[in-house]
Amino acid sequence: MFEIRRVAKNFDGYDTLTDFSLTVPTGSFTVLIGPSGCGKSTLFRLLMGVLPRDGGSLVLDGIEVPDLRGRGAYMAQKDLLLPWRTLLENALLPVMVQRIPSEKDRQEAAELFDFLGLSGFGNHYPRQVSGGMAQRCALARTILFRAPLALLDEPLSAVDAITRHSLRSLLLSLQSRFGKTILMVTHDVDDALLLADRIVLLSPAPMRVTEVIELPVGKPRDESLHDLRHVKGHILSVLERGDGVPA
Amino acid sequence: MRRAAAPLAVTALFLLAWEVLCRWRGIPAYLLPAPSRIAAVLVREAPLLARHGLVTGAEILLGIALSLAVAVPLSILMFFSSSMERGLSPLLVASQAIPAFAAAPLLIVWFGYGMGSKVVMAAVIIFFPLAVTLLQGFKSCDPDLVTLFSAMGADFRTTFRLLYWPWALPYFFAGLRVSVSVATIGAVIGEWVGSQKGLGFLMMQGNARLRVDLVFAAIVVLSLVGLGLWHAVSLVERRTVRWRDETRR
Repeated sequence: MFEIRRVAKNFDGYDTLTDFSLTVPTGSFTVLIGPSGCGKSTLFRLLMGVLPRDGGSLVLDGIEVPDLRGRGAYMAQKDLLLPWRTLLENALLPVMVQRIPSEKDRQEAAELFDFLGLSGFGNHYPRQVSGGMAQRCALARTILFRAPLALLDEPLSAVDAITRHSLRSLLLSLQSRFGKTILMVTHDVDDALLLADRIVLLSPAPMRVTEVIELPVGKPRDESLHDLRHVKGHILSVLERGDGVPA
Repeated sequence: MRRAAAPLAVTALFLLAWEVLCRWRGIPAYLLPAPSRIAAVLVREAPLLARHGLVTGAEILLGIALSLAVAVPLSILMFFSSSMERGLSPLLVASQAIPAFAAAPLLIVWFGYGMGSKVVMAAVIIFFPLAVTLLQGFKSCDPDLVTLFSAMGADFRTTFRLLYWPWALPYFFAGLRVSVSVATIGAVIGEWVGSQKGLGFLMMQGNARLRVDLVFAAIVVLSLVGLGLWHAVSLVERRTVRWRDETRR
């Protein structure tokens, strides 16, 4: 279980976060959704320790940690592949940061590439492949972090509709096959409804949790979202009203 | 070949016009020698030009090496520590604001009439563009990539090796390419102020004896040295940052 306890951040006298708390159960797929500019990306940067926070604590499996450096994988809207490295080297980057990748690491990466539909592209450079393949390579890298947690910052918002469809199922496998605890941020209600076990609605800045919606429906879910249409309507009405407070 | 055709034609036309002008107006060779005469001097004085060209070439190369040896660690230091940067940038800007000519006589006093003063002159004159472009390169790194490296638990050394340095390489080469041509100026200025060898020395000697054709020949050799260095840097750049040329399929 990962707990964010009363985290605060103030930028130049402007409160982005005050007393932000959230619990992410182990093995869950938790999706944060809220108006743009509410501070979701700031939260990730605080969790990663890139930005210093003004207060609060982080607790991972009962132990307080300074930040998620080396404990949580990070995947963003951009693929963030290094253009001077091949796809395989990019996927192995989390290993490379610690040590020289062993033959076993390379083997694991190659198997991942097969699973993700990247067979034969290991020696290609990022510029030589499509955006969807680049993002799948980023997914391979996320898995090779070998961290229990994965923080996903709008991983689907920069890809086309067809790629989005296949990436969604791969993101689900991140939870089901690779056993990650996932905290994802998105603007897209459909993504949230198709992927999440729990949807966390956020208010505009200063950001706080206004509602947690549990989705006990099995996955993969029907893309028409027929069963979840009431939930979708509810989330949209809250987001459109803009204050993040459920009726 | 087709790409080379246009510049070659223009150069040929320019040289032809020059030749015609000199012969038609009967311009004396001590004012403006015709290209044919310069070519003849280039051939006749080839050993002399080569000897002095090698000296100037060595001064330029050593100057670049010296400048790199100081500029690279310094820009890394300035990138690592913002107080270092704040402390050093006024000095850097000042070093650039002082005209190189003003420092040349001093450098002769300090480092002598030999190659030393010319090497330092070349190094000083290119130091600023080298240090600043490299620092700019480090700073232009994508902050999301920095977040990624942070998430991977990478320390500064690792992040520098795997991210900042390769990221800044294109900037580094841009600075280096400007530097090699400017370093040539530095070495020649140093030679003008006081020397016994080098192309700058040869030019001063030629001028004093009204051997303007020799001055022109020295300039031709100097341009060849500069051009050669420029191409050498481009070659290394293409091999090092090859990934930039790869095209999307």
